[in-house]
Amino acid sequence: MSRLELRHVRKAFGGLDVLADISLSVGAGEFVSILGPSGAGKSTLFQLLTGAEHGEGEMLFDDMPLDDHGRHFAFMPQSDALMPWRRILDNTTLGLEVQGVRRQAARARVAPLLAEFGLAGFERHFPAQLSGGMRQRAALLRTVVQERDMLLLDEPFGALDALTRAAVQRWLEQMWRHHRWTALLITHDVREAVFLSDRIYVLSARPARVLREITVPLPRPRDSTAAAQQAGALEAEILDILLNPQPSKGHDHD
Amino acid sequence: MVSSSSSRPRQLAVLFANAAPAVMSVGLLLVAWELYANYSGIKPTILPAPSRVFEQAMLNREALIGNAIPTIRATLIGFACSLGAAFALSMLVDFFQPLRRALFPVFIISQTLPLVAIAPLVVLWFGFGLTPKIMLVALVTFFPMLVALVQGYEATEVEIGQMLRAMGAGRWRVFVLARLPSALPYFFAGLRISITYAVVGAIFAEYAGAAKGLGIYMLNAKNNFRPDLVLAAVGVSAALTLILFGLTALLQRLAMPWEQIVRQPAGKGPGR
Repeated sequence: MSRLELRHVRKAFGGLDVLADISLSVGAGEFVSILGPSGAGKSTLFQLLTGAEHGEGEMLFDDMPLDDHGRHFAFMPQSDALMPWRRILDNTTLGLEVQGVRRQAARARVAPLLAEFGLAGFERHFPAQLSGGMRQRAALLRTVVQERDMLLLDEPFGALDALTRAAVQRWLEQMWRHHRWTALLITHDVREAVFLSDRIYVLSARPARVLREITVPLPRPRDSTAAAQQAGALEAEILDILLNPQPSKGHDHD
Repeated sequence: MVSSSSSRPRQLAVLFANAAPAVMSVGLLLVAWELYANYSGIKPTILPAPSRVFEQAMLNREALIGNAIPTIRATLIGFACSLGAAFALSMLVDFFQPLRRALFPVFIISQTLPLVAIAPLVVLWFGFGLTPKIMLVALVTFFPMLVALVQGYEATEVEIGQMLRAMGAGRWRVFVLARLPSALPYFFAGLRISITYAVVGAIFAEYAGAAKGLGIYMLNAKNNFRPDLVLAAVGVSAALTLILFGLTALLQRLAMPWEQIVRQPAGKGPGR
């Protein structure tokens, strides 16, 4: 049962084709990644979904056309986008505040999640006092408490150092197993996509089209030895698709 | 916060360490001036020694204070008007971008007007009362404040705006939640600069014609060959500017607490 479905979505800015032909679907409780080279127009796709831009093609949510007013998505941008002037608690309740939830009620909804997100005791801190990993967790908390149908994560860990990124990825995978959010992740990190996703759409360079759709067969938890051993081969295969976009060596659709 | 009690004395020590070079350079300048005035044979009616200026300031303190009050009033009222107008217009410009292109050239031209020429004209048109002073103070402070605010709004992190719109926030919510707070550092930078212009603007307006005020006091003292009193009035205006400058710094600390806390070594805080 797919919740989000895109059919032949195209987008051009002026004369520049950014998205050539994107068809994809995301099922309920599924973690899907869009993997592609930098500048492939991945973020443009999110702009179409959130209504910031308009393109051609069909975009359906629960079989209904997406419009600007149907707010199905909670969006997490590339930077953590925490407001430096707001304390962590007030940053995490921002989405609820915009929805019109009263401050007390918003805080009550965030409070039980703070410990799970490793932020207990830091509610009164300002973002600049937190490490990069903690900031990303705060940003994710701000995203998930909105309780929208689906999470849109736009390269959320791109700015982190390698070790912190690995730690946050592990943490996110664990959180996802617990909560089973319906999520669409944009990334150019092959390992990240394999580590987190149920399925991966591999995009070409601009103008972007779907090169391959890959189901990730690895068992969860993904930080288990079994999963880690199988991941290597899959990562190599995907990397090959990305670096040699012309289907060679008999790589056909599976 | 946990660290504030222990860091307070350290903050004071840092403050003194920061102020020491400035105090020393000003002190040295005064000493050199004192020595030159006393031993070069120059007449006190040309260049009075700082000690004489101070002495005369004390003797004439009632007149100085009496003349400082209208200057302070003109400065503050004029600056408040300018601030209100700059804020209102900055919002208009932020919401209707084409206005920017229509209005900014006018304001830039207003900044090229020489105060020497404009001040007497404004006094001629609006008399010796408070009105022309307010107008001149507003004229010199309005544009820097407007530019600071407009630039500040535009310094808003793009992704914060995108995220807010994805959350369903309209333009007004985005302005209040993101653009306005993002402008605060720019606003205070503008405030510090314009508040010094404001005092100068008020004194210039009084110089061009007033019943009372530091500007007209300076003019009269000069005409009476009393450079010591001119300099005493200059001292008062300098002190006034410094106090206002300090107040804006204090206001900034109160309005932007996150800047203060962030400057301290990364607070580990409670928990963990």
